Amino acid sequence: MDKLLDVKNLHVSFDTYGGEVKAVRGVNFDLKKGETLAIVGESGSGKSVTTKALMQLIPKPPGRIKEGEILFEGRDLAKMNEKQMQKIRGKEISMIFQDPMTSLNPTMKVGNQIMEGLIKHQKMNKSQARKRVVELLDLVGIPDPENRMKQYPHQFSGGMRQRVVVAIALACNPKLLIADEPTTALDVTIQAQILELMKDIQKKTDSATIFITHDLGVVANVADRVAVMYAGKIVEIGTVDDIFYNPKHPYTWGLLGSMPSLDSADEELYAIPGSPPDLLDPPKGDAFAARNEYALQIDLEQEPPMFKVSDTHYAATWLLHEHAPDIEPPASIKKRMEGMANTSSESKGERV
Amino acid sequence: MENHKPSKDLFVPVERTDNDSEKINRPSLSFWQDSFIRLRKNVGAMIGLFVLIALGVMAIFGPYMNSYGEFEQDLSRAKMPPKVEGLGWLGMDGTLSSVQTADTLEKAEQKAYMRFNNQEEFITLQTLNDGSNGQPAEVEAEYDVYAAKGMEDQSFWFGTDGLGRDLWTRTWMGTRISLYIALLAATIDMIIGVAYGGISAYYGGRVDNYMQRIIEILVGIPNLVIVILMILILEPGILSITIALTITGWISMARIVRGQVLKLKNQEFVLASRTLGSKDNRILRKHLVPNVLGLIIINTMFTIPAAIFFEAFLSFIGLGLPTPIASLGTLIDDGFKSLQIYPHILLFPAIVISLIMIAFNVLADGLRDAFDPKMRE
Amino acid sequence: MTRYILQRLGYMIITMFLIATFTFFLMKFLPGTPLSAADKLSEEQQAVVLEKYGLNDPVPVQYFNYMVNLTQGDLGISFQFDNREVTTIILERIGPSMTLGFQAMVIGTILGMLLGLISAIYHNGFLDYGSTFIAVVGKSIPSFVFAGILQYFVGVKLGWFPVALWEGWEYTVLPTVALAIFPIAIAARFMRTEMLEVLGSDYITTARAKGVNKFGVVFKHGLRNALIPLITVLGPLAIGLMTGTLVIENIFAVPGIGEQFVKAINTNDFPIIMGTTLLIAFLFIFIILVIDLLYGVIDPRIRLAEGE
Repeated sequence: MDKLLDVKNLHVSFDTYGGEVKAVRGVNFDLKKGETLAIVGESGSGKSVTTKALMQLIPKPPGRIKEGEILFEGRDLAKMNEKQMQKIRGKEISMIFQDPMTSLNPTMKVGNQIMEGLIKHQKMNKSQARKRVVELLDLVGIPDPENRMKQYPHQFSGGMRQRVVVAIALACNPKLLIADEPTTALDVTIQAQILELMKDIQKKTDSATIFITHDLGVVANVADRVAVMYAGKIVEIGTVDDIFYNPKHPYTWGLLGSMPSLDSADEELYAIPGSPPDLLDPPKGDAFAARNEYALQIDLEQEPPMFKVSDTHYAATWLLHEHAPDIEPPASIKKRMEGMANTSSESKGERV
Repeated sequence: MENHKPSKDLFVPVERTDNDSEKINRPSLSFWQDSFIRLRKNVGAMIGLFVLIALGVMAIFGPYMNSYGEFEQDLSRAKMPPKVEGLGWLGMDGTLSSVQTADTLEKAEQKAYMRFNNQEEFITLQTLNDGSNGQPAEVEAEYDVYAAKGMEDQSFWFGTDGLGRDLWTRTWMGTRISLYIALLAATIDMIIGVAYGGISAYYGGRVDNYMQRIIEILVGIPNLVIVILMILILEPGILSITIALTITGWISMARIVRGQVLKLKNQEFVLASRTLGSKDNRILRKHLVPNVLGLIIINTMFTIPAAIFFEAFLSFIGLGLPTPIASLGTLIDDGFKSLQIYPHILLFPAIVISLIMIAFNVLADGLRDAFDPKMRE
Repeated sequence: MTRYILQRLGYMIITMFLIATFTFFLMKFLPGTPLSAADKLSEEQQAVVLEKYGLNDPVPVQYFNYMVNLTQGDLGISFQFDNREVTTIILERIGPSMTLGFQAMVIGTILGMLLGLISAIYHNGFLDYGSTFIAVVGKSIPSFVFAGILQYFVGVKLGWFPVALWEGWEYTVLPTVALAIFPIAIAARFMRTEMLEVLGSDYITTARAKGVNKFGVVFKHGLRNALIPLITVLGPLAIGLMTGTLVIENIFAVPGIGEQFVKAINTNDFPIIMGTTLLIAFLFIFIILVIDLLYGVIDPRIRLAEGE
């Protein structure tokens, strides 16, 4: 399969007064054409920084890509300068942001904001661009596009604004769409609408999508594959089925356990104790060890490598090592795993 | 990733005694400690603070550092240039100099001597251009004023003014008066403003409503106009200038305090504290005061330079302190009268007032940054 | 919108009325009549003079006359300049003051905004520190001290521009620069803060994610949003300039209102003091009103809220 995007050993740091904050510490993943990858994790786990780094949108300084490669169709985005990036942004990769209330320019008409990219990248003239804007607004489900495009963002509701943001992102038919928690700031009912819209658009266009969220419910709905991030690293990555029905990393267990589900109504929801580590000074060994009730002695000393569970499924936990004791996942997770009949349930992984 | 094989015996569950995952590694700092640390890191603000302390010390002790009195007039030593032993290289050598040009060297020299009353024995001439290259001749004359007046044994560090009063003494006395007016005005502003704003916000409702209407009317009247009219009624003097400055000065403080208290009163952490059963007294002490105090300090730090400016400004439009009293404003006003020939009369008070203004502004900026909770990381 | 303007105009008239009343009664308390200016006059002559100024009438009548005259733009007769109306004197002298104030305002805000923009674009760089330093110094040093520096070094030592008087555009240079330093400093500081805030906002990231270049980000997306709050400082700036002209005109011997005002104070010419005071108050209130209205024109959010 041809890879659209291949991120190798990406490190992103922020230089602050206190020292270097290592926000992303060696992230590897790839993405095929038309595929949807969800990145999940708590706030501060580095998921937003990772994707902003892809487009070089992290504020520099204090942020910088310390090392690693971002191969987009074979070209390394990490090495590109600002001028080259401007040709990529909005045209080949575009982004949908979290808060529609602040991500639109309040003093610019909505139509002009959508048109900007078209005129820049597609070299359209004003009237061509205007026509395309009407199409786009129609595509994202905004009624009466001819008139709406002449209005300012404050005349739109939150959900409608997010549709505009989606339209801006889609304007130039990007090959990769990054959605950074696109539903978090919205009301629950509107969230569902925007998710439907996203899925619909995925069908209509063949853009690959990276979907960042902390809401696992959303993940099951839209993604093909899931990457779980913790403290600047991917701790587990696999298909939706791998992650939901055969999770291997205790952190993933925690995340799944904290998600309410219909068939586990009687159970108490699980909360992961503690808070993420200070990335100014990441702990030795496994960053999750301090909060992990299944932590092994080795977690305190050495960082676990990625263990291969299956061809699609990898996890970074010492529990997958051949010497590790057999540890039972929590009951709710076991129930999930049983629910999935034919999972490849090898108990031990293969080190990669 | 580590390459060596991990040893087998490490694969045992960790025994946990207490839950240290909840531990917070960084030391907890109080609001004031935190602010102070940030202020100390701000180089500009620290320089400003240092300059203010230095100027304050000079305002207190400066006038006693030589034997000349503030009001001691002696026309025989009028407009003496500044002279400090050892600072001759800075131009403070007790001489006046003048460049004269004429068609020929001789004429230029003549003009140069003339400039200082032909007291040739005290004049050193230096030829800048002898006129041989077609351009007019240029001669610089340096006139040793102290020698000419037989005052070699004296030195006026900042020179003297038109009435022969020592400018060193007067500058520091003036600094003292200006700082005194500014600090007094700022303190009164603060007391009235905090009381008015606090009462208005604390009682709320109808009281607040009436008090705000009064403020709205007062705000509409330009303070320049009020200050001028007040001085016209009260006759210039230290007290009347202070009163004139405070009559509108407290309004901004009152508005800030009211706004902040109103905002804090309804904020979650205050409500939370109240829900937990805190007494009014505790809420006031632990939540309201620390959060408003920063703003009060910052605002006061900005009112002080504004008051200093206004005092000097009033001197300029003829509403300043009555004549023998020195303030930075009256000194500067005085200095303008002979700026072209004796710039030193203006120079020193101008430097002092500029330093005070810059130092207060920089320090106030630094404090604002230090107290701003948004900047806390 | 119309209702809002009318309401504001109403407030303006009330404030002006209060100030006029206040100044009138103040004048009654002050020692100083046209007589103090004139030399020894006989009783009859004094009576004639008092009659001319309407000072023989009872105070309420005087007040009523003063107010009626005021509505017709008549500010009374100067004590010092025989038979000359204050309104005429002010009108004669308003030209130079306006020229200075206007030049300083335009030059000051434009230069200041540029300085602030440079600061924001090169945030934490050498240029930023440089222009921040200029802004702090410019805000702190009083305009009259700055005027002294200019007068001595640029005027006397270098001889580039005339030191005083008002006989052509070159005479406006030094006083304008002396006045402009304050708006430059204020505008630069404000522009820097606002632009930095705007450049850190989400919609700027959106614009960058669209592939808009740095120029487009700053000027197309940033500038307008940063300008809206800048309007709020225009009022204090204009008032600062009015304060500044009072002294600057004196220093540079510019025949403007400020110079006249200071003369009037020194000679107890109350009608002129009152007239100028009222004019300053009027300009002050008027500027605040204009700026509030301008705010609505520039910010679409406010414009619409008012329209609905």
